[in-house]
Amino acid sequence: MSPPRLRARKLDIRNGLVDLSHGAGGRASAQLIDEIFREAFDNPLLNQGNDQAAFDVAAGRMVMSTDGYVIWPLFFPGGDIGSLSVHGTINDVAMAGAQPLYLAASYIIEEGFPLADLQRIALSMGRAASEAGVAIVTGDTKVVERGKADGVFISTTGVGVVPPGIELSGDRARPGDCVILSGSIGDHGVAVMSKRSNLGFETELLSDSAALHGLVADMVRAAGPSLRLLRDPTRGGLAATLNEIAQQSRCGFLIEESSIPVRPEVAAACELLGLDPLNVANEGKLVAIAGPEAADSLLAVMRSHPLGRQAAVIGEVTTDDHRFVQMTTSFGGGRIVDWLAGEQLPRIC
Amino acid sequence: MKYIDEYRDGALARSIAETIAREALPNRHYRFMEFCGGHTHAISRYGIEDLLPSNVEMVHGPGCPVCVLPVGRIDDAIRLAMRPEVTLCTYADLMRVPASGGASLMKAKAAGADIRMIYSPMDAVLIAEAEPARHVAFFAIGFETTTPSTALAVGLARRKQLANFSVFCNHVLTPPAIRAILDTASLPEIERVLIDGFVGPAHVSTVIGTTPYVALAAEFEKPVVVAGFEPLDVVQAILMLVRQVNQGRSDVENQYIRAVATEGNLIAQAEIAEIFELREMFEWRGLGELPMSALRLRKAHAQFDAERRFDIVPIPAADNPACECGDVLRGLKKPADCKLFGTVCSPETPMGSCMVSPEGACAAHWTYGRFRDRARASTAQAAA
Repeated sequence: MSPPRLRARKLDIRNGLVDLSHGAGGRASAQLIDEIFREAFDNPLLNQGNDQAAFDVAAGRMVMSTDGYVIWPLFFPGGDIGSLSVHGTINDVAMAGAQPLYLAASYIIEEGFPLADLQRIALSMGRAASEAGVAIVTGDTKVVERGKADGVFISTTGVGVVPPGIELSGDRARPGDCVILSGSIGDHGVAVMSKRSNLGFETELLSDSAALHGLVADMVRAAGPSLRLLRDPTRGGLAATLNEIAQQSRCGFLIEESSIPVRPEVAAACELLGLDPLNVANEGKLVAIAGPEAADSLLAVMRSHPLGRQAAVIGEVTTDDHRFVQMTTSFGGGRIVDWLAGEQLPRIC
Repeated sequence: MKYIDEYRDGALARSIAETIAREALPNRHYRFMEFCGGHTHAISRYGIEDLLPSNVEMVHGPGCPVCVLPVGRIDDAIRLAMRPEVTLCTYADLMRVPASGGASLMKAKAAGADIRMIYSPMDAVLIAEAEPARHVAFFAIGFETTTPSTALAVGLARRKQLANFSVFCNHVLTPPAIRAILDTASLPEIERVLIDGFVGPAHVSTVIGTTPYVALAAEFEKPVVVAGFEPLDVVQAILMLVRQVNQGRSDVENQYIRAVATEGNLIAQAEIAEIFELREMFEWRGLGELPMSALRLRKAHAQFDAERRFDIVPIPAADNPACECGDVLRGLKKPADCKLFGTVCSPETPMGSCMVSPEGACAAHWTYGRFRDRARASTAQAAA
């Protein structure tokens, strides 16, 4: 007669709450990982159950990037902290021109967090990862006392491989290069703000949160070495991204306000809140700097990709010792596009 | 965006700008002060300067509520917020305004003060209702534009019989500030601002109407054109001012007829009068002590008056001596004339209030217009 098998009761996901034992490394931790994360991320490397994932890599340059996600609210129109933590890190890897391969995910969960919400977040992460073709292969879970975190914080790390001959970097913009934007700005920031209780406005707008590596692969193929650099304008928006590049490349920019796509509902919300869409966060857009000879071919491949339909040349790189990002306004005057001073809205990603 | 884009039409702007250039007399210089920070912001944000002929110059005025608040009042607010029982609710603009000794509300919050940023005074009332164990004080600032909503908040708190809500009132009035700018007969010549007319307040005028400017325009013989905050409003108002100057008129004209009635908003005026009364004297940054220029809560509402409840006694505090916010607010200097501008003073590390609020002249020039300083410098160099 075989000994009776110990059968732990399944997690009560519908009504249960995360407690300190779920982070203590004992059986409860194992059960949480099994029933929530392994279920949601299901892939052979993770299922080996090791504290790390070992995998073969192609020869060439690898890319690694990490990002913490503290967005609030956790669920917002068009996404949640889970899908965002997958898209955001994939995009950071992809902006090197890389093919993202694997992700690691680490959680800091507040005691009392509903298991149902945790599962919803994990399933959303699993879905985002599988849609992107990038497996979440290792991770970690910690639980902290009530009040020591806010729901859940997620940190993800991604690795990827850069195709031979591609060297994208923020210091490679040169005067005369063109600036291409993949689509409308400000969607993510405004969608998140619309759910902040104290702002009290409603919109149908969805966050643009999306994994951009497919679009990047098409662009890399189309432009080859003419593509100087890519960057996703997240926190701080397009304004911060262009200023960062101006600093790194020791150049200036001249952009045209009328060429920058802004959805009417984003423009309206910014009007109401006194914001400039140029400073509002995006999670599914990219800026490309490329030699002018590649502009047409880049625009063509971008516009034929679902995430680049509204791609447009918005300006050019200039020679400027002051490293000013200047803009010709739709009204006809000139202005600077500066970094935003201070915090526009905390915890946007 | 419908009803917004129409007021930002570049083609129409160019056509009005051409008319200004045609009608501005080549042998004279026109200096107009835009009173409001909202206008300052629009002028910088849309690059209106680039559309004007070189003999039409805009001078920034004191109409930025954050900018004119003296350091001592920020110090008072910080002391109030540091009281353990107090939750201070404030508009976000005030968080980074420098107080004495390098302090700010932002730093006080980091040090543990319960300071919350809100969008409407009604939010402060709701917080007071939801958290009866806290005393919720609202840091009320602004010209006549924001005063009615503070009045409504006090009214709401009274109806809800909230014992834990108060207002730290810093509401100020526009006409006395305009008078202070113009009434310079007693000042040495170097301190007199030379202006030919005013782009008059937009939102303030929706509340108080255009009548309060009539006596000022007549007494000081300066035309006033009340204008909206959209860039086309400003450009059209400038044209109207050029025409008044050319015709030797000093009238109060209303460009913003879509929002401003001659008598203003009588309901809002009644709400203000119900809750507030005039202070005999109030200190303004840049303009000094101005009589009958600010409001406080009436005695009947003393229970909602943070100054009375917490015995806030003003402690005089000086601005950073190198900061020229005062002269900038009076139109005597331009932001780039201040030696702190862009060196130690920037929006990240503001030394004076004009560098903090997006409506402040220094912040607007830094954020949107500072590339022109380089062009000016190279022109000056070439001329030399």
